[in-house]
Amino acid sequence: MLLFAISVTALLFFTYWNTRRTLDAQTDQIIEAEITGLQEEYNHFGLQGVVETLRAQSLHSNQSLYLLSDSLHHSVAGNLDSWPQISGTTGQMVEFDFERPIDGKTETRRARGRVFELPGSFVLLVAQDVHDRYLTERMFTTTLPWTVVLILILGAAGGALMSRNMLQKLDAINRTSGEIIAGDLSRRVPLTGSGDEFDLLAENLNRMLDRIERLMKGLREVTDSVAHDLRTPLNRLRNRLEESVARLNTSGAQADEIERAIAETDQLIATFNALLLIAETDAGTTRAAMSALDLGSVAADVVELYEPLAEERKISLTLTPGAGVVVEGNRSLIAQALANLVDNAIKYTPAGGKVRILAANTNAGVELAVTDSGPGIPLADRPRVTERFVRLEASRNSPGTGLGLSLVMAVAHFHGAELALEDNVPTGLKAVLRFPPSAVRSVPPLKNAAE
Amino acid sequence: MRILVVEDDLEAQRYLVQGLKESGHVVDEAGDGDTGLSLALSRPYDVAVVDRMLPGLDGLKVVAGMREHGNSIPVLFLSALSEVDDRVKGLKAGGDDYLTKPYAFVELLARIDALMRRRTPTGVRTRLDVGDLELDLLTRAAKRSGTDIELQPREFRLLEYLMRHAGQVVTRTMLLESVWEYHFDPQTNVIDVHISRLRAKIDKGFEAPLLHTVRGAGYMIRAH
Repeated sequence: MLLFAISVTALLFFTYWNTRRTLDAQTDQIIEAEITGLQEEYNHFGLQGVVETLRAQSLHSNQSLYLLSDSLHHSVAGNLDSWPQISGTTGQMVEFDFERPIDGKTETRRARGRVFELPGSFVLLVAQDVHDRYLTERMFTTTLPWTVVLILILGAAGGALMSRNMLQKLDAINRTSGEIIAGDLSRRVPLTGSGDEFDLLAENLNRMLDRIERLMKGLREVTDSVAHDLRTPLNRLRNRLEESVARLNTSGAQADEIERAIAETDQLIATFNALLLIAETDAGTTRAAMSALDLGSVAADVVELYEPLAEERKISLTLTPGAGVVVEGNRSLIAQALANLVDNAIKYTPAGGKVRILAANTNAGVELAVTDSGPGIPLADRPRVTERFVRLEASRNSPGTGLGLSLVMAVAHFHGAELALEDNVPTGLKAVLRFPPSAVRSVPPLKNAAE
Repeated sequence: MRILVVEDDLEAQRYLVQGLKESGHVVDEAGDGDTGLSLALSRPYDVAVVDRMLPGLDGLKVVAGMREHGNSIPVLFLSALSEVDDRVKGLKAGGDDYLTKPYAFVELLARIDALMRRRTPTGVRTRLDVGDLELDLLTRAAKRSGTDIELQPREFRLLEYLMRHAGQVVTRTMLLESVWEYHFDPQTNVIDVHISRLRAKIDKGFEAPLLHTVRGAGYMIRAH
């Protein structure tokens, strides 16, 4: 706005200055030409010649002004009645006011001219009436500030109107993108029908969305049919095993054998469920219900759930909750991820150790961390442990699917968060879920809104 | 109890019907959504078990149709689809419970029992009794044979749920879903540890235990 005001003022001043300079130069040229003429007259016919020329010129000229006077400013010849008030030195262009009778009235007018001396103490003034230019100039300088103000008002109004229009169009696009990110892939950017660049952008975005929606739908169909086509036979298998053990109706080696097969089947099912959950959350194809979620309260629930187990293993499990640590998230997915981290921590921490959960707001968003006083994970192995089915040598024989951390990672990605495995001080592992500011919500959590 | 089973996988249907009959229920079965809906609307059932994916009307539409016609019997969804969003969808469509395939038959049976129990009007109860164990829901006090038992808030809710379903099998998942209001797989059997804590408080020092472990299924509270 300020820049605009300065530019407008500068532009107007430049125009004014340039116009005035051009007009002055024209006037000066005429005056110079007349002076040259009179000079020649003087050279040929002396003072008498000049006087005669002046008298002749004065009769039929309105624009040109002449005055020849003696050293005491007594008029000798010319169409000016008296010597005007002139400041400035002889030989330079000067401007002055003079009086002239027009329609019976005396009028003060503005003139521009040059004074020079003639031999014999005579002074000659040759000038041009520039009153019209002077009036235009005066009008220009008095209206200039108003012109600037008017231009600024019109400019500001026009600019506001244009940018509002533009912002409205951008806002429509932003709103739609927000809804799509929130999970509603069926939304499209509205077209205004004006065929402008915004409409073109909207059309391109919509085409892109069509494609993404098709791909996501395809991916969902694949996961759904994989789920269905594997769960159905697994279900029959489990049913048959249950039936067989029921039919035996006695306990014994054979029944134990079948019971063991059922347990193996359940392990298989658990692994399959975890894999499917990882695939879904990682690809973001799930439309899991999101809500404002208080990480502190989820952490408190998980601590409460695992506390007896920790006590049984002689491990202290504590929670350091931050106040109002709220993210946009799925309650059961976050709980599952946190439970996996706590379960790992308890599993690998020796008796007498400590496991802590921290939820805190930080400058870079929100952190949910689980620290333990166990042996930690060697730096070289850290990138590997989040891969599917990777289990470190040291834990090969403890129970687990090798999918726990992969699932935590997938849940993190689903929420736009990162999972970091770091050294805990003084010993042990610190597993941190870092949620970006975009995932952080300031609204109070809705109670059990997720499910 | 009369149970309607709507399941298109005939093998699974046969197993389900047989198991439920052996458990003493009267069972009707349907192999597709349309038959299921017309059966549900023409005969009185106490509970319906509906598969999520069916030929013709799918499971969600069957239940929506039942609800539209004012049929409010409890419905248990069975689903072979992925859980995360489907569970919410099923419950939103009017289902009362949701079980993912493959399931253990005891889990299904326990959930059906719980659904039917929920339906039987018991009035507003302020006290629960099982044998000589009493739970006062107003003062939140527990007593066994007149002796006060100190319970943590969660232990109280755990015991309350078990006592409300006294004589019925309650599975670990049911406890996690009802007492903790979470649905996820807690790796280690954390529920077992909570139960053994509770057991130490209510059964220790008494001749007859009330809290029983049902092998391969879950837990049950009952007097004798």
